[in-house]
Amino acid sequence: MINIVYRLKSPKFFEEAIEEIELNDVVVRPTYLSICQADQRYYQGSRPSDILSRKLPMALIHEAVGEVISDSKDIFKPGDNVVMIPNTPFDKDEFRANYSELSKFRGSGFDGFTSDLVSLKHDRLVKLPNNFNLQVSSFIELMTVAYQGIMKFLEFKKASCKVLGVWGDGNLGYITSLLLKEICPECEIIVFGKHIENLNLFSFVDNVYLIHDVPNDLRIDHAFECVGSAASQSAIEQIIDLINPQGTINLFGVSEYPIPINTRMVLEKGLTLQGNSRSEREDFEGVVDLLCNNPHLFNYLSKLITNVCEIKSIDDLKTSFDKDYISDFGKTILKWEI
Amino acid sequence: MIFAAILAGGIGSRMGGTETPKQFLTLGDKPIIIHTIEKFVINSKFDKIIVLSPKSFINHTKNLINEYFGENNNIIVLEGGDTRNDTLINSIDYIKDNFSIDDDSIIVTHDSVRPFVTHRIIEDNIKAAKEFGACDTVVPATDTIVESVDGKIIRDIPIRDNFYQGQTPQSFKINKLYELINNLSDSETNILTDACKIFVLKGEDVHLVKGEITNIKITYPYDLKLANTILKESNHD
Repeated sequence: MINIVYRLKSPKFFEEAIEEIELNDVVVRPTYLSICQADQRYYQGSRPSDILSRKLPMALIHEAVGEVISDSKDIFKPGDNVVMIPNTPFDKDEFRANYSELSKFRGSGFDGFTSDLVSLKHDRLVKLPNNFNLQVSSFIELMTVAYQGIMKFLEFKKASCKVLGVWGDGNLGYITSLLLKEICPECEIIVFGKHIENLNLFSFVDNVYLIHDVPNDLRIDHAFECVGSAASQSAIEQIIDLINPQGTINLFGVSEYPIPINTRMVLEKGLTLQGNSRSEREDFEGVVDLLCNNPHLFNYLSKLITNVCEIKSIDDLKTSFDKDYISDFGKTILKWEI
Repeated sequence: MIFAAILAGGIGSRMGGTETPKQFLTLGDKPIIIHTIEKFVINSKFDKIIVLSPKSFINHTKNLINEYFGENNNIIVLEGGDTRNDTLINSIDYIKDNFSIDDDSIIVTHDSVRPFVTHRIIEDNIKAAKEFGACDTVVPATDTIVESVDGKIIRDIPIRDNFYQGQTPQSFKINKLYELINNLSDSETNILTDACKIFVLKGEDVHLVKGEITNIKITYPYDLKLANTILKESNHD
């Protein structure tokens, strides 16, 4: 079937394109989408120029919920609310699909969700309960990234691991510390950030510190780095200073540039660095279950929504990206009416 | 109930050099009309999709539908009329003869040669027809409109901001449309080029639904060439 796709043609320039989609899978109409930093890097043109010229034109956005329009196998019903999984395996190997080279990611390896309709395989959708707040649900994908990192941490967590440090007072830091508090209630959660006005919103954690004002005797057992960009260098440096021997550091932050790491102290303390990126179906199911069983989380998560933009034209899409870019904190949600 | 009427009654006199009505020409790898019907088939809100075809192409239309959609009881092929209005009347007569409809039942009428219609436009039509009784899909006019009666001298250049270009779908409450059509005088019938005009002539409001510039009508050979070109542009991943 003919479909209209709204692609980024070059930085800050969207265009309408027409493609054909298959009707033998599930056809979904996007309803709410959420802008991620990765989308902004394409929109602003801050990715290296060879990457931009290889990947564009491409539809952005990999965080979205939608409504099922049709399902050839009748597994989903028209009107079902679903969260769409951006990671798409094209074949199988022995690796987790979000790390496999045989997978492509929407809004990175192929078109994201900014289109009239999206055709997806059945296993790329997770049904949402009717009572879910769809604006919050639009960034479930971001929650799944934190969730899969936390699940990895639980695999090697020791009983003695009591104090967890989260670096970063942005969206991912907020979500990671919120989920940690829910999943590991026995642990003390401490958040380290740079902006006091952001840190004030982390009322659910045990303690918050400005990174330049940390007590000398403070120690943590495990760290989650949610900073990214060039600033992850100083964050990792501080983590290595504060973490107890044999601790593990979960790295989430994306940087365009290589980040130097004090490997001497990594060796001396016997530390483990764990990389985390993207997520898979089980993480989406895990987050949907978690939200279902803990509906009070919606209240905390809705604090992250700083802009809700109705998108009725390509100009609206551009305006929403510009608005998101000047927001210091929080998520920009797109109500998809184009 | 909600009905779709795909208006494919015309023979396509403006599409030069071909005997085949334009809706049966190929766009990508399928006939244009199949692309258009697909947009309605995937929308579960439609109880029936009525395809109006020129008499001599009825069997061909049925064969195509069977080939692309298999046995599908929701798609009905009917003969179109001599004019667009007659074609519309045929579909309404069929609905009234075969279904018990109420005053809230609506019909979404769409040109078979507008395969780029979006899901959003169709949904907005359903909503607007239910709420307001009649709606028309439009885009703001981008070219200046020039009025001339004799085709030689400009009589007027109206303010462009007040002008829109009509697309389809056009959607209506069926009973209301039926009542208005039956009350048209002969002189009114003679000047009808557009279903929405039936409502306008009778002083009834027609709500505007935002169309898209991509929702083009394939009328001339150039349009088909353009449509095929934009369809071939694929993502280079």
